[in-house]
Amino acid sequence: MRARSPGRTVRGERSAVRPGRRGPIGWAAATVAAALVLSGCYRGAGNLGNEGRDTINVLMVNNPQMADLQRLTAEHFTRQTGIKVNYTVLPEDDLRDKMSQDFSSQAGQYDVASLSNYETPIYARNGWLSPLGERAARDTSFDQADLLAPVRKSLTAADGKVYAEPFYGESSFLMYRKDVLRDAGLTMPAKPTWKQVAALAAKLDGARPGMKGICLRGQPGWGQLAAPLTSVVNTFGGTWFTKDWQARVNSPEFTAATRFYVDLLREHGEAGAPQAGYTECLNDMQQGKVAMWYDATAGAGSLESGDSKVAGKVGYVPAPVERTASSGWLYTWAWGVQKASTHQDAAWRFISWASGKGYERLVGERLGWSKVPAGKRASTYRDPDYLRQSGAFAAATKNAIASARPDDPGVQPRPAPGIQFVGIPEFSDLGTKVSHEVSSAIAGRQSVSEALDKSQRLAEEVARAYAKR
Amino acid sequence: MLPALVFLIVVTQLPFVATVVISFVRWNALAPDNRGFAAFDNYKAVFTDPAMRSAIWTTVLLTVTVVLVSLVLGLGLALLLDRKFTGRGVVRTMLITPFLVVPVAAALLWKHALYNASYGLINGTLTWIWKLFGSADPPQPDWMTTSPLAAVEVALIWQWTPFMMLILLAGLQSRPADAVEAARVDGASTWDVFRYLTLPHLRRYLELAALLGTIYVVQNFDAVFTITSGGLGTGNLPYTIYQTFYQAHDYGRASAQGVVVVVCSLLVATFALRTVSSLLREEITR
Repeated sequence: MRARSPGRTVRGERSAVRPGRRGPIGWAAATVAAALVLSGCYRGAGNLGNEGRDTINVLMVNNPQMADLQRLTAEHFTRQTGIKVNYTVLPEDDLRDKMSQDFSSQAGQYDVASLSNYETPIYARNGWLSPLGERAARDTSFDQADLLAPVRKSLTAADGKVYAEPFYGESSFLMYRKDVLRDAGLTMPAKPTWKQVAALAAKLDGARPGMKGICLRGQPGWGQLAAPLTSVVNTFGGTWFTKDWQARVNSPEFTAATRFYVDLLREHGEAGAPQAGYTECLNDMQQGKVAMWYDATAGAGSLESGDSKVAGKVGYVPAPVERTASSGWLYTWAWGVQKASTHQDAAWRFISWASGKGYERLVGERLGWSKVPAGKRASTYRDPDYLRQSGAFAAATKNAIASARPDDPGVQPRPAPGIQFVGIPEFSDLGTKVSHEVSSAIAGRQSVSEALDKSQRLAEEVARAYAKR
Repeated sequence: MLPALVFLIVVTQLPFVATVVISFVRWNALAPDNRGFAAFDNYKAVFTDPAMRSAIWTTVLLTVTVVLVSLVLGLGLALLLDRKFTGRGVVRTMLITPFLVVPVAAALLWKHALYNASYGLINGTLTWIWKLFGSADPPQPDWMTTSPLAAVEVALIWQWTPFMMLILLAGLQSRPADAVEAARVDGASTWDVFRYLTLPHLRRYLELAALLGTIYVVQNFDAVFTITSGGLGTGNLPYTIYQTFYQAHDYGRASAQGVVVVVCSLLVATFALRTVSSLLREEITR
């Protein structure tokens, strides 16, 4: 996961969690030390560096868009507002860990943290976040209504209040080589089904020397393989859980979807599929090793960038479907404010700046339009400067995000929100374990039904705890 | 001395005590309102977890393979470097380099630059060789899928061979030259010198290298995490604990796993040192 979150840009690969060679003791010790410090034994140390009324501590993930934000803060935010920002930047897993420790104890060490739409409803339900709706409504320049509806909704908790403001968002779609299809005399439907895509993949195998039909993720991880797989499961009519918490991982629909995914990869997928994640597929697509790629909309930015060999040769169509109207996922990194924070006003001013329209223009003008944290505002897709740079995929991206339905992603009601994940705390572990089994089916070490029978047992364990509630 | 001793205990032993305490607590970061004393529940979960059992086996296999192979390769390289030839210093520096590469970077290098089936160096070289003979259809094996554990092992062997080589080279250079001279005069062949003089002299160095190598490789996380993401049966103990801690956010169970691993390691280490190694035994008899 650096998963990733489904789409990390540029440096997709996660750095490992710890720099040194530490073993179990070291880990456990570090854990405990951190836990002791954070669990409030040290409440006094919580707000170090907060002597001024206008310093806020921000905890965020180490994605490139955040690095740009950090670079621009002193000159374009602190100078104007007098609010100093201390950033703590961590890889995704470490971030989730530190965040859940600080927020669950309400230690107030961090005023603002970057959350995804996976954590936001969970944290909100636990009472760890400040609702932001009123501040957003009062701040007219922020223009809450400009935010794309699915993104806004995915950051709204069960109580109908908004708990986080998006920094950038993404969905998924199908990217394909227009030139390769044309030379092979094939056409891509405007709204393809998965069956059509599989047929195309078969015909495109070997269309160029060493080229495979399609690239799909096979690397284990709830933010790697589990994300595209779950979006395929949804549209095949499957689900992880029914509304009343029955696990359905080895149901006929889930099995058909997984078998389809695994067979497609084994027959016409990229080489080395069981270890191929977002980064590997991006490389394969850029090197001309695959003709199609179903993945995060963030991938398009890299494919169309100046140094890409396939820039201008790639077409974009919505995520393939079977039984649903759309199947693209939804992922967003957003800013949430810790309830215990004593700097609520300063925190909002920071969010209003970082997630505002002005910041997008600032990045475009200062760092380049390809670096704009897009995918969250309708106005981004009306900006002529942005469209000049991203015209090839801007409309496709916006439509993919706008048609995402995190509350109703499949053919049956769901117990928790989420398209490519199930919005419960246990999913990061469950999704990862299940993706290990499926990845091993892709490698041919076990059958799909074996993999899913094991997975069903894991899912039943999770479901049992919820069914009791 | 006392302050130093207190400091030492605080920074080394207290965290472990805290880990033991936490291992008896029901503590999942994502369920903040469900914390409490769990008695032996975490340990029960650890011992009944099939992932944990396969992780133990994977760890043993990985460690033994990596340590033994790097030891043999390291010995070979050390023997070669023990001879005098021009450019010896340069060659030695180049051979040590893999050990100086940051583990994560090395793992990334192996995953992307070498192993990758579609743009890795290994398959690229195969393509090039086949092209020389006019074939457009070279074999493109997918190393990480067909033999995932071996792929991790090779990357680790590449990293640990220089370490073994350094220790053994130090041992070789402390070999008494006059004994070798005398043996030569008595008509011993090169093999005899190696078998009856060099190897006995190197025994302690070999044991030390194996011991240190084992301590480090048992804890390896970077290569497993990066190259295979712990998939296809390569999840070793550190990776499994990482998954419990970071993916499941189950601090209680992760601590229990840590405690079990430490206890097992201590048992194995003590037993191994006592029976196999001369390192401790001679200390005791003196």
